[in-house]
Amino acid sequence: MLLIHCPYCNETLPEVEFAYAGEAHIARPVNPSEVSDADWEAFLFLRDNVKGPHYERWRHLHGCGRFFNAVRDTVSDKFLTTYEAGAPRPDLASLTERLK
Amino acid sequence: MNAPISSFASGPLVETSAARVSQSAPCGRLSLRARGDLAPFEAVLGLSLGGPIGARATAGETESIRLGPDEWMLHCPVEAVAGLEAALAPLYGSHPHSLVDVSGRETSFVIEGPRASELLTMGCPRDIETILPGSGRRTVFDGVTVILWRDAADRFRMDLWHSFAPHLLHLLETGSRELAAESL
Repeated sequence: MLLIHCPYCNETLPEVEFAYAGEAHIARPVNPSEVSDADWEAFLFLRDNVKGPHYERWRHLHGCGRFFNAVRDTVSDKFLTTYEAGAPRPDLASLTERLK
Repeated sequence: MNAPISSFASGPLVETSAARVSQSAPCGRLSLRARGDLAPFEAVLGLSLGGPIGARATAGETESIRLGPDEWMLHCPVEAVAGLEAALAPLYGSHPHSLVDVSGRETSFVIEGPRASELLTMGCPRDIETILPGSGRRTVFDGVTVILWRDAADRFRMDLWHSFAPHLLHLLETGSRELAAESL
């Protein structure tokens, strides 16, 4: 079982308390009716499907209920970091440096 | 408000040498969501809403627990619900918030006994010992979201939705019989 650090509760808790919620940092267009079909399709459906460090959203469903962001390596399934929703994307180089 | 469930017999629902489970008396439950300046809410309720997630406060017969950064659960006597709602209503204009009466949604089990915390590990994946006596947490128990209030080292209250109560009671019953058999 994965142990996930919730940045709001500031505790490292079992994965069962959390729900995965897709890729992070995908901004909804401010005015969808002005967006072209191709851009709208990209917003709705096209995801990076990264092999390696992946920026993704999680929700502490059975806990504080908050969405937060995480960087997880999709190969090793290790979490590099978790951070509050709305915070800027952490620098990947400094995260992978810490693992070495 | 819905009527509290009456399908359980009165008195202890499970009683073994390991743990005792009973249903607590019906109480008023209010879900409060608010953010920003909490001082006006604290002034009306007379209790502190701050502290880390899981922190509890008591003022008279009203109890609060912080469930998330902007979410609290309040317990009070059934007859005090209307009074609290009326007291917080004037704050809507200056401090937008949400106060919902969820008394009819939930019930509570009181789980106590020498092996109460061990009994909870059967359905709860988190380390129960990280919930210190006098605090609480919202967590998961056998797939169901519950609020655990730890009143003492060996005494817990578990708030859960009515429809899950028979299911969880069966697990608690099986678990405490198993623990009791083990100690023989």
